[in-house]
Amino acid sequence: SAGSRSPPRPGAPARPQQPLSVPWPAGRVDCPSLSCPAFVSPSGTQGCICVELCVLHHPHAAFLSTLPQDIRNTVGNIPMEWYQDFPHIGYDLEGKKIYKPIRNKDELDKFLEKMENPDYWRTVQDKMTGADIKLTDEQVDLVHRLQKGQFGDVHFDPYEPAIDFFSHEVMIHPVTNRPADKRSFIPSLIEKEKVSKLVHAIKMGWIKPRKPKEDTPTYYDLWAHEDPNSILGRHKMHVPAPKMKLPGHEESYNPPPEYLPSEEEKLAWEQQEPAERKLNFVPRQYRCLRAVPAYSRFIHERFERCLDLYLCPRQRKMRVNVDPEDLIPKLPKPRDLQPFPTTQALVYRGHSSLVRCLSICPGGQWLVSGSDDCTVRFWEVSTARCMKTLPLAGVVKSISWNPNPTICLVAIAVEQSVLLVNPSLGDKLLYGATDQLLESYVAPEEERVQPVQWVAATTEEHGKGIRLVVQHSRPVKQVTWHGKGDYFASVLADNSNMQVLIHQTSKRWSQNPFRKSKGLVQCVLFHPIRPYFFVATQRYVRVYNLLKQELTKKLMTNCKWVSSMAIHPGGDNIICGSYDSKLAWFDLDLSTRPYQLLRHHKKALRSVAFHKHYPLFASGSDDGSVIVCHGMVYNDLLQNPLLVPVKVLKGHALTWDLGVLDVLFHPTQPWVFSSGADGTVRLFT
Amino acid sequence: MQGGLHLPPSSPWKRALSLPFSALQVFVRKLRKAYGKSEWSTVERLKDNKPSYKLDHIVKERYPTFIDALRDLDDALSMCFLFSTFPRTGKCHVQIIQLCRRLSVEFLNYVIASRSLRKVFLSIKGIYYQAEVLGQPITWITPYAFAHDHPTDVDYRVMATFTEFYTTLLGFVNFRLYHSLNLLYPPKIEGQSEVELKPTEGEAYAMDSESYLEKLSALSASLARVVAPTPEDDVEMDEFPVEGETAEQMDARKKEQEVLEKQKKLFEGLRFFLNREVPREPLAFIIRCFGGQVSWDKSLCIGATYDVSDPSITHQIVDRPRLEQQVVGRYYLQPQWVFDSVNAKLCLPVADYFPGVLLPPHLSPFVTEQEGDYIPPEKLKLLAMQRGENAGEESEEEEEEEEEDDNDDDDEEEEEEEDDSEKEEETKLKKMEEQKTQSKALPVKVTAGKVRLEDKQRLEQEQQSEEKRLAIMMMKKREKYLYKKIMFGKKRKVREANKLAEKRKAHDTAIKEEKKKNKKARRA
Repeated sequence: SAGSRSPPRPGAPARPQQPLSVPWPAGRVDCPSLSCPAFVSPSGTQGCICVELCVLHHPHAAFLSTLPQDIRNTVGNIPMEWYQDFPHIGYDLEGKKIYKPIRNKDELDKFLEKMENPDYWRTVQDKMTGADIKLTDEQVDLVHRLQKGQFGDVHFDPYEPAIDFFSHEVMIHPVTNRPADKRSFIPSLIEKEKVSKLVHAIKMGWIKPRKPKEDTPTYYDLWAHEDPNSILGRHKMHVPAPKMKLPGHEESYNPPPEYLPSEEEKLAWEQQEPAERKLNFVPRQYRCLRAVPAYSRFIHERFERCLDLYLCPRQRKMRVNVDPEDLIPKLPKPRDLQPFPTTQALVYRGHSSLVRCLSICPGGQWLVSGSDDCTVRFWEVSTARCMKTLPLAGVVKSISWNPNPTICLVAIAVEQSVLLVNPSLGDKLLYGATDQLLESYVAPEEERVQPVQWVAATTEEHGKGIRLVVQHSRPVKQVTWHGKGDYFASVLADNSNMQVLIHQTSKRWSQNPFRKSKGLVQCVLFHPIRPYFFVATQRYVRVYNLLKQELTKKLMTNCKWVSSMAIHPGGDNIICGSYDSKLAWFDLDLSTRPYQLLRHHKKALRSVAFHKHYPLFASGSDDGSVIVCHGMVYNDLLQNPLLVPVKVLKGHALTWDLGVLDVLFHPTQPWVFSSGADGTVRLFT
Repeated sequence: MQGGLHLPPSSPWKRALSLPFSALQVFVRKLRKAYGKSEWSTVERLKDNKPSYKLDHIVKERYPTFIDALRDLDDALSMCFLFSTFPRTGKCHVQIIQLCRRLSVEFLNYVIASRSLRKVFLSIKGIYYQAEVLGQPITWITPYAFAHDHPTDVDYRVMATFTEFYTTLLGFVNFRLYHSLNLLYPPKIEGQSEVELKPTEGEAYAMDSESYLEKLSALSASLARVVAPTPEDDVEMDEFPVEGETAEQMDARKKEQEVLEKQKKLFEGLRFFLNREVPREPLAFIIRCFGGQVSWDKSLCIGATYDVSDPSITHQIVDRPRLEQQVVGRYYLQPQWVFDSVNAKLCLPVADYFPGVLLPPHLSPFVTEQEGDYIPPEKLKLLAMQRGENAGEESEEEEEEEEEDDNDDDDEEEEEEEDDSEKEEETKLKKMEEQKTQSKALPVKVTAGKVRLEDKQRLEQEQQSEEKRLAIMMMKKREKYLYKKIMFGKKRKVREANKLAEKRKAHDTAIKEEKKKNKKARRA
């Protein structure tokens, strides 16, 4: 209906809710039935009723006044079919029947009327009275408007601007009718409390007014009065942060081609830990400046620098800024220390296995070597000619030529015996005298208990040159002569107290000097001048006084395992070679610890030797080299010995990981002999 | 919470900062409490009244003298230049970024005014600059002008704390530096006072304060001085001989001074024009630092002084493969020419730097090769040029290069020889021995001996090296260890240098072969 389509309007003329405001005629009038075929509402019955109502309720329903007389039906709102069969149609106000108008028109009459009556289209039949009513122009207008769906009132404007009367802004009607509270009329206590608190806080200065903000910092001459003395204590030791490393060529956007990494280098860089990388970026080349992209780790690097600055403790590090040349000790030049052996002069070939030991006659003409091929060979030094070969029963462990030039005798340690051999070389008178000396021995009457057996050689052995056989109970490791040539000492491979024996040749008499074993004896040595006896165990060298029969000194070698030992002809200095490739120089007057530990060799030292006259000593090692050193000992007690390596002699081939097994100096010349595992003896001059 | 200082309690920075900043600590505590209670009005009020603090005394404490501050300026500058490139939103306070921009621009202007720039380097990380201020070398790096891809694993609060300190430091340093040159601080652009920095075209370019900074950062105008410089200002300094200095040293010093003066006037009289594709700020800065005049497209940046069509332009910096229209009478060059010329301290020949040409390698000016270091051939060439030797025509150049290469090779060989001298000796000894043993062998034979020419020098050398080896044997354990370490380092250096030289040689031969092939192909 019209009311539901438009927003409700106060005082709207067509308001169905207020029918009472319309002046109605006294009687009740039934709506005329709109049975005209031109008058069919498109919306069906509802529209029809609507039109009826509208027409009926229209305040200006003028058609009521156009009726000829007041014939109002009083039947009320009933279906008029009920009166179909009656002649009347209802009752008027006085209760008289209202008769149906006589309708005797047939179809022809109707048609004629339709054709003749110009107002036929606007004539409708009133259902209540059955009378024909002619609609006025206004009514027709109204019907037309309703048909179009427009409002009945011509003057009604559906698109008038809406006037708010109930929203969140305007509320002309109260929502509830509740009367206002009392508290809305009196001042709030809580607010008063709050305000008083604020006032109090302001009074007390707890709340301050907003400060004006000053954004721009002001700068001035901060260092106008520089006073270096006013530095605070904690900044006196201030370590300034190290500057960042300056970039090299490789950081360029267009570096020289050699700085660009190859594919493998790139891969290696990627696989490295970031902390391990030498460069923290991969060098790259760009054609032109336009092609250079942003560096993605720029902020990272600045951040890391910040972290370094405040998290890394700083420390002054003393960098060793030395010229490596300054570190090399200033030694006298080897050229100034000549003579010493420099080149290999002769090779003595003949042995088929490693040559364990060497010895030379005091005159320096003959050399004797003992080998693992169970032979002893005598050589002429100057020609390298093998003068004599002496086949023996076993491996020759040690060999020693009698240092007395008037006696021609060689002590050879073979298995469990020491053989005294007259090589019968050189002066016939000399070796004849030696034989005579040995034969002049007269056995004492009473048999003495000896740790060894002295046996004269058999005739067959005598023919070979063997004169005496000293039979030990154990294998003999080493044999060495006393300087006078009468006594000699032998070392046994044993763990008991009978490791060292001292023999006297002239009396064929042996004795065991020690009651107790002090460890595994490696080698023994007689002092060249004084009655001292040196015994080297694994780690110590003990010095015994043979006359007083007591221990005088115990030298700490600082080595793991002593292999060999030699004494300076002056008698105050000893060198010890060890298997842990060290050579210890002892000055007996100075201390019991080594004066110097030389680590020249790369492998174990097998033997060491002093020269009789020249200030030279040599050491032979498993690395196949012989190192000759200048070892000057001064008569002045205040001056320490001077040790200078002068030559590294190489020549021996390594066999079974063994190089040089023995070294020996020529008694008069500055020559050195070395015997090696390759079965040769070499002479360096 | 933005107000707090974010440093771990153990750091010395924290210690230095926290003692006088108890008010700030109280503020942080209150703010935290208010946040915890969700009292937003209190938070607001507290933030409004955040206690301010100054870092002046800390700067003074840390750098008691001005020189100390200059020595530590590297990080401050790098950080300020980085922060000034940050976007004005997000990562940190806008004020800090603006302040950084202002201070860095001021510093650049100072360097221009004092002409103290010495070295520049285009690295893949950014552009390095080195200036010499009051005798102190100051190096800083600026990133290339791209938007930052802000990393997530970086604590910007730590960086912001540092930047706060650095801006304070840089401000004071700038003030002092400007006053040392009689320049106004804050800087004023010369001749701008009459116009009063107002937009001339009538259209508003930016806010007044901003346009001022923009004009300053255009780096095209010189700064106003407190006292106008008089031409008689450049009085020649009297020279006093320093005690204990020989005449040679004096001469060397004088020469250095001359070179320096020459370098300062490197681009004097040249007029540059920057195309829009080249980085404007670094190039304008460098060119102005060496006395050149520079301009750019008017639409590119404020402060352009002349147009492309200006006939007086001598050099135009371009960075595109080719140019459609070229004006006669000016060189079209790639930006690397400017950088290389500055580092070489002379205007390099322009032929290598034409647009579209394959550029010669850009070398780092910060590398000073010591003896035994690898020197790239380009550097050798450059050194020769600096000494005044004319490289001549290109063909000769190539020959020279070859010669140089050959020389290099010889050097290497010598080095190798030294290394291998021991081994050689061993082999020699072995040979000798073999010869001897052979001669000793039974089928005795006398062959005609060869006259062996004994190289005396060689013998001497051998003897010396042997002496050295023997002396090394006598070293003490500790010294020997140290010596071995040093020698190891030296050998490694030599190895690296050799590797580089080898790589270069391989590269050169590859290029030559390619050239030959091309030639053959052309002929065919």
